[in-house]
Amino acid sequence: MREVAIVGIGMTPVDEHWDKSIRELAAEAVLLALEDAQRESVDALFVGNMLSGLISQQENLGALVADWTGLRYTEAIKVEAACSSGAAAVRQALIAVASGYIDSAIAVGVEKMTEARGSEVTAALATAADADYEVAHGVSFVALNALIMQRYMHEYGWQHAHFAPFSINAHANALTNPYARLREKIDEQDYAKAKMIAYPINLLDASPIGDGAAAVLLVPRETLRKNGKPIIKIAGSAAATDSIAIHDRKDPLWLRAAEISAKKAFSQAGVGPKEIDFFELHDAFSIMSALSLEACGFAQRGQGPRLALEGQITLKGKLPITTMGGLKARGHPVGATGVYQIVEAVLQLRGAAGENQVPDAKIGMTQNIGGSGSNIITHILVRE
Amino acid sequence: MEVPRHWRLRKQRYGLVGEACPHCESKLFPPRDVCPECGKDAREPYQFSGRGEVYSFTTVYEPPTGFEEYAPYTVALVKLEEGPMVTAQLTDVNSKDVKIGMPVEMVTRKIRTDGDERGMIIYGYKFRPVLQKS
Ligand SMILES: [Zn+2]
Repeated sequence: MREVAIVGIGMTPVDEHWDKSIRELAAEAVLLALEDAQRESVDALFVGNMLSGLISQQENLGALVADWTGLRYTEAIKVEAACSSGAAAVRQALIAVASGYIDSAIAVGVEKMTEARGSEVTAALATAADADYEVAHGVSFVALNALIMQRYMHEYGWQHAHFAPFSINAHANALTNPYARLREKIDEQDYAKAKMIAYPINLLDASPIGDGAAAVLLVPRETLRKNGKPIIKIAGSAAATDSIAIHDRKDPLWLRAAEISAKKAFSQAGVGPKEIDFFELHDAFSIMSALSLEACGFAQRGQGPRLALEGQITLKGKLPITTMGGLKARGHPVGATGVYQIVEAVLQLRGAAGENQVPDAKIGMTQNIGGSGSNIITHILVRE
Repeated sequence: MEVPRHWRLRKQRYGLVGEACPHCESKLFPPRDVCPECGKDAREPYQFSGRGEVYSFTTVYEPPTGFEEYAPYTVALVKLEEGPMVTAQLTDVNSKDVKIGMPVEMVTRKIRTDGDERGMIIYGYKFRPVLQKS
């Protein structure tokens, strides 16, 4: 296996892009990544996406995006793993380049969500859950997370207000990210009085949907020469699954797939939680931040909110998370999110994160969660 | 409309029929033929008692397509007395009276209508608080 580096990144702002179709969004990110890498082509294209068939009535995104980016005739496929489709596409590109079958690849995550009505998007997102035994009973994706959060609060004694720092931190970081969907500061009071969606989850616990695309270009490390620019390597990449339905989990309050994938990624990179300089986690809902921190070994079981309450998750803290706004405030264009996380990690490691820069960031971690914890992919990136 | 799907799931929806593993005695719902506990074949049908308790619950205000007319409604994870957990709506109870740990029992109710007024009415399991014996 060959070591793999990320030499190009590109992304669109997350927004309601009424003037752009799914192909145009993906193309914009791909062309930016090619330009950033100073290349005109790649050997393969992997498109991470969850909802194009349901919302845009468009599948076969591999061929479509290749054609619309001047890469007609290039090998290209769509990769789907619910909300972790983006990181899944990056991992497929990594495996292809590391194996030697492919010498360069782009992974682009794209999602076009504002094409449909709210209840249709809600129903489309619910396809990440068990259709016969969860969704058939009227459970929305928010409701599934609410079931977890309610039990978590009951079992560990946390109040709703204790989750506020996750959302406040995400919004504070998004303020200076021009690509973020929600660039507005919030405080404890805003959090407490936000509109209830599915108790105990209110509007400020939940990430907003949006349209967007992000892309990375991967090549073998051995083909790069040191020329003053930092080389960003993928030092760890691992994926794991759990039961698709929450009711089938051994412990619904523990993200076993996050634990397994994080442990593998740590071991590949030869580091542990203490060495991680920042963590782009999957804060689709504030409860997911807590569960992810615990499963990856950054917090004790049931103690995820403590890290946030102690101020350790801010840009100046011991473990900055969601440094560019996270899903909560940068936005959650579902199948694109995992690639946004990796693009943002590359910005941090290049020292190009502007006002959001984590001082001297050398090792960054990203984690993309599909479904309510059923498909989880962890990456560790290192600046050489 | 998804007629074959509703027909296929009738034993689970009306009778809470799962499976029992002959190797490790685990009870499985829904049926899946491979025991997640021991990995062996588990194909013996098993009818659950329908009794259990609320493990967690929430109220849905923004429902998916097909459930708009029923909102708000309360859904729960119900821990069955035989072990497995199921996701289902609660019924015959005010959402503010629901508590974690509350004993509940299965009842068969209308879940929704699939399609327009000429569509198929889908029935299935919901859970209600256990009725006190008078
Ligand atoms: Zn068994």
